[in-house]
Amino acid sequence: METRERKKTYQAVIGLEFHVHLATETKMFCGCRVTYGEEPNTQVCPVCLGHPGALPVINERAVELAVMAGLAMGCEVAPRSVFARKNYFYPDLPKGYQISQYEEPLCTGGYLEVPTSEGTLRVGITRLHLEEDAAKNVHVGESGRMHGSVGSLVDFNRGGTPLIEIVTEPDIPSPEAARATANQLKSILRAVGVSEADMEKGQMRCDANVSIRNPDGSFGTKTELKNMNSFRFVERGLTRELERQMALLESGGRVEQTTLHYDPDDDEVHELRSKEYAHDYRYFPEPDLLPLELSGAWVEEIRSRLPELPEQMKSRFMESYGLSEYDARVLTSSRELAEYYERVAAETDPKQAASWVSVELLGRLNDAGLGISDSRVTPEHLVEIIELVRSRTISRTAAKEVLDQVFKTGDRPSDVVEREGLKGLGEDELSGIVEQVIAENPEPAAKVRGGDQKVVGFLVGQVMRATRGQADGGEVRRIILEKLQS
Amino acid sequence: MISEEQVRHVADLARLGLTDEEVSKMRDQLGVILESIEKISELDLEGVPPTANPLNLTNVLRPDTPREPLPREEALRVAPEVMDNMFAVPRID
Ligand SMILES: [Zn+2]
Repeated sequence: METRERKKTYQAVIGLEFHVHLATETKMFCGCRVTYGEEPNTQVCPVCLGHPGALPVINERAVELAVMAGLAMGCEVAPRSVFARKNYFYPDLPKGYQISQYEEPLCTGGYLEVPTSEGTLRVGITRLHLEEDAAKNVHVGESGRMHGSVGSLVDFNRGGTPLIEIVTEPDIPSPEAARATANQLKSILRAVGVSEADMEKGQMRCDANVSIRNPDGSFGTKTELKNMNSFRFVERGLTRELERQMALLESGGRVEQTTLHYDPDDDEVHELRSKEYAHDYRYFPEPDLLPLELSGAWVEEIRSRLPELPEQMKSRFMESYGLSEYDARVLTSSRELAEYYERVAAETDPKQAASWVSVELLGRLNDAGLGISDSRVTPEHLVEIIELVRSRTISRTAAKEVLDQVFKTGDRPSDVVEREGLKGLGEDELSGIVEQVIAENPEPAAKVRGGDQKVVGFLVGQVMRATRGQADGGEVRRIILEKLQS
Repeated sequence: MISEEQVRHVADLARLGLTDEEVSKMRDQLGVILESIEKISELDLEGVPPTANPLNLTNVLRPDTPREPLPREEALRVAPEVMDNMFAVPRID
């Protein structure tokens, strides 16, 4: 109860900053391969080791992928962008600066549409720029954490990996929404083929700016939360930091501007030792690189090659198949599932197809802990089942039984129908059973004759029981009414 | 002009230890450089984009094709100290 009260009074304001590895073969400014888990210092050269005189050259594919990412988020691609040096000293940065972009980034002004439990959240993208990753420090010492270290070992394999930095507007109202935003970004980047964006592999990292809105609506003092390296930790770290800020404010204290990191081991946020000049980066244009000038035609060519995005696909499913937003979202939640659905929908009624795929098939897959690619039920099987129902060869109830069998065995639905004797009753046979039921239930039958619709259901139930579910409910109802009311 | 305090700050950022004498010498020398650059501001530069590079070239790119890396022994030859095939450096504060 108390937390609910708090949530009402205190509104969280969260902006995220992502660093995402691009799926190139080689590094940003040299021909060393981008690898994961290789022997240390086996993918290095004078450029990524920062040897004096070695010159960087921009990887064309990295530019292309970054533009694809920008376009996928509705960004404006700058006709001209410039690389800049960000100067600071750290052992993972051999040149004494990181090549990044500053005043003229590659992309600006896009947005993400994030599905959340409270509807779709629109999160603005401030900017997206290209840069190089730092090397990896392995801290030797007590706990492996920085402050306890006696020294550091540096592996330069990661140094120079192409990165995009994506900065969102402070549009995110809760830790849950922050996690959903990270998830949405990942799914878009994967759909476009820009990055695997695997947080566990360090291909996507997330920092956050967090503050609590003052009662008068103005922004509170923000803190920076660094390096949350899983989706769960994004949510957890932000939750802990907001709790810390709320506790400060409630006890009459003030939030100080600071940088923290979340430690999953003790589930706490810790202040990072303040690096005195951490924010005095003295950016200036990188003299070793020339500006990028991307022509509108080139950008449009890239745009035309973008695969359909989940949101676009969802809209198309609603429009061309007449699906509800909910069904369209479920069916486009993965590319495999969407493809599966489209193969079914192409051969039969799209709405029936949606219900059979999203309810019947997915339900069975979820129960069995399987994915769509594990399904023994092929799209052709499902089409056959739907058509068997549509042609009234089997009832819907029987069709579910058929699906159960096909789900287990992968047998053809028509074979299952034959083998299990699930074929529906012929019209004559069904008509006979209806007459028998009417004869056995004179009172309800009389009521229906008298125009009472309520008891029709009872008679339908009796017929269904007599046919052991092999008849179609709608069909039975039609025949009963035909016999009693016409 | 540049103050001695600014010289000390810049030196600090560059991790340079300067004596008082060197600070004053640097202040003079940096002052001369800044003055020369100041001259540019006497011109009317309204609407002239900043020039970061004298070359009239753009889009110098390379294909995403791997090249042979340095042999590891070669790469590690310049390390102050090597441990587990990595560059060993002092603790970071
Ligand atoms: Zn290299």
